[in-house]
Parts: sequence; structure tokens; C-alpha cells
Amino acid sequence: MSAFPRAADLGLIGCHVCKLVISADTPARVDVADELACPRCGSVLHRRKPYSYMRTWALMIAAFLLYIPANVLPIMRTASLNDIDDNTIISGVVELWVKGSPDLAIIVFTASIVVPVLKFLSLGTLLLSSQRGSGWARPQRAKLYRLVEFIGYWSMLDVFVVALLTALVRFGLLSLVEPLPGVIFFGLTVVLTMLASMSFDPRLIWDGRDSDD
Amino acid sequence: MGTTSSEALLICEHCDTVYRRRPLARGDVAQCACCHAVLERHHGLSVNVMLALVMTAMIVFVQANMWPIVTLGLNGQLSGATLWGTIIVMWQQQAQVVAVLAAGTLFFFPLLKMFLLGWLLWFGRLGRRAPGFVPMMVTLHYLQPWTMSEVFVLGALVAIVKAHLYFDVVADPGIYAYAALTLLITIFAGVDLRQLWELTPEGPA
Ligand SMILES: [Zn+2]
Repeated sequence: MSAFPRAADLGLIGCHVCKLVISADTPARVDVADELACPRCGSVLHRRKPYSYMRTWALMIAAFLLYIPANVLPIMRTASLNDIDDNTIISGVVELWVKGSPDLAIIVFTASIVVPVLKFLSLGTLLLSSQRGSGWARPQRAKLYRLVEFIGYWSMLDVFVVALLTALVRFGLLSLVEPLPGVIFFGLTVVLTMLASMSFDPRLIWDGRDSDD
Repeated sequence: MGTTSSEALLICEHCDTVYRRRPLARGDVAQCACCHAVLERHHGLSVNVMLALVMTAMIVFVQANMWPIVTLGLNGQLSGATLWGTIIVMWQQQAQVVAVLAAGTLFFFPLLKMFLLGWLLWFGRLGRRAPGFVPMMVTLHYLQPWTMSEVFVLGALVAIVKAHLYFDVVADPGIYAYAALTLLITIFAGVDLRQLWELTPEGPA
């Protein structure tokens, strides 16, 4: 185990909102429900994010369930003079690639496919390994969590692209872009994965087998 | 209160390791020795500079929302989309969820962030805690991950290319104001709220 002094062992607790460090003998305000509250900002204090495993699992599974229709259903309909075309996330990427914008195709592919899938895999790995109290590759797992937190919201890219195209391409009946239900599922997926990674407490990576509260 | 002594301590939020705080010199970044997360950065920006940045961002924000983000030209016809135009169209096209997401992450949350920071810094400059200091600081904390202007800028670039591919139209980016805004937001998004908590003494707000 690490030789670093940990707040939980020293009887210290940090406020997750204002970062104030409160020691056991500091008179923290006591809230109605017998919970400690931060004397500086009034937020309820927790040693670990409450129900971290349960919340993260629930949000992640919900996000995954929505990610299926987000990929299967078309996200956008483009209608021009002679054809009507329903695009899924994947077909949009392929079209960008084929029609001569491979660099943007890679960006969209990364934001819409790689990032969400990476998020599911990473959070799943973090949850399983931490729940087992595994000591395996802790620094790398900590880094993985920070990566997931940092890149998560870029997945919203395709949602904004569909929205902008819908608003832009309105030339009478000649050409038209319409959003299709896939984009709604995708937007919700992104929000849920963000909430999932926020619910995970990275300190659990460093906790032993018996200290997950 | 034991707060004076505990302000000398720092807990890594990623692994729970406790540190004694050291004063940081310009450009310094304190990193956790256990999990390598960033603990604290030195901020070279004074309160006055921060306030100036926030006010500039507000002006740019107004412009970014007035001008079309992208303009399309097809056979002499012009079509432009503003942020609110986009939000309204999404609402009308049965994609209300997207409309709400866009309105929140691209308009209301960034706006609220700027107003709160501006207000707090204005009073902080005078060495005072602004009225409503505590609830505003708490709101800022929860607002932090939910502004997405930078994603929107990239989205506009992709939309321009796609419009060209699908419809053979000429697209002009009006995205400059937005790009500038994003840059400004990025600068003050990194502000450590901890500094604002410590800048002004506690007391009757
Ligand atoms: Zn750490």
C-alpha cells in the first residue's frame, strides 16, 4: 500500500465544493439529517461520493441502453433535389471520409464512437477493479479516469452538427435537413455518460478491499 | 475556528492524499505524488485582469449570439443560422431534448458563469464578499462541467464541410466571435475557485 498520508486515516475531510479541509475537531455544522456540513459553503460532507458504485453502474447502463438506438436509428435526414437520405452516426462518418474529408471524418468518428465506447470500457474497468479492491495499475487507472472526465463532453459534437445543419440548410423545398430520433438518444447518452463519470469516486481506486462506504 | 490551520492543508480529490500547501511561484503546478493529478496551479492573473477578461467575454458573447454562426449561399440565396435560430428550429423539429441541451450548455450556463464570476470579482476587487457569495460560489462549482462552447465551434466547422458535401453550397464561417469567446472562456475556466474563497475574509456577507 502507499505510504502517503490519507485524509480518511487522519480524520480529515475535504469539502468537494469549496475544497476546505475540515479536521475532526473543527466544529462543522450539523445538518438536520445528522449529516456533517461544510462550515464555509454549507455543502454536505462525504468521505467518498455517496453510493458511488451504484450510481455509476446505473447511469452507465442507462447510457449504454440509449447508445444502442443512438447508433441504430438515423440521426439526420438530408433531402435534396433528387434524393432523400437518412444518416446514422456511422454513415455520416463514412460519407465524410468518402467524399473527401478524411480528417474531419476522423474527428467525428473519435467524438461520436471512440469517446463513448472508451468511456463505457474505462468506467466498466474502473468499477470492476475498484469493487474488487484491486491494487493493479493504480496510477494508470487514476490517469484513465482523468482522461475520461476530460474528453467526455466532446461527444456532443455530432448533436451540434445536426442542429446547425438543420437550422442552416433551408432553401425552400429544394434542400432540407431534419433531425431524426437517433440524435435525441445520442444527446441523452452523452449527458448520462458525463453524469456517470462524475458519480464515480476516483479515491475508490486507492481504497482497500474493506473501505468502500 | 480551525479554518486557518486547515487552509494550510490540501487534499488530493483523486486519491485522498493530504499535503501541506506550499506557496506557488509563477507557472508552478503542484502535482499529487501518489496519483499525479494536478493539485493546484499558480494563477498569474490578478483579480483586475480576470474581471477585465470576464467583461470582454460578455461583450463578445452578445456579438457571438447576434451574428449568424454560419452562412450558406445557394444560387444567390443566403441562409444563416444564429445560436437561437438553431435552438428554435430544433424545438420545432421535434428535437426538444437537443434544443434544451443546446440552450443550456451554449447559452444559459456560459452566461450565468460569466455573470456570477463578474459579480464576485467586482466585489473581490474591493476586498469584499459579494452579496450572495456562498450560493453563487456553490453554483459556479456545479456549473463548471456543463459549458460546451468549444465543442460547438468544432461542430460549426464540421457543419460547414458537411453542408458543402451534401448540397454543394458555399459556407462562410461567422464563427470568429464564437472562437474568440471560446478562447476567453478557456482562460477563465481554469480559474481555481479556491482562490476566490480565500481572497476575501469570511464574515457577514
Ligand atoms: Zn492524488
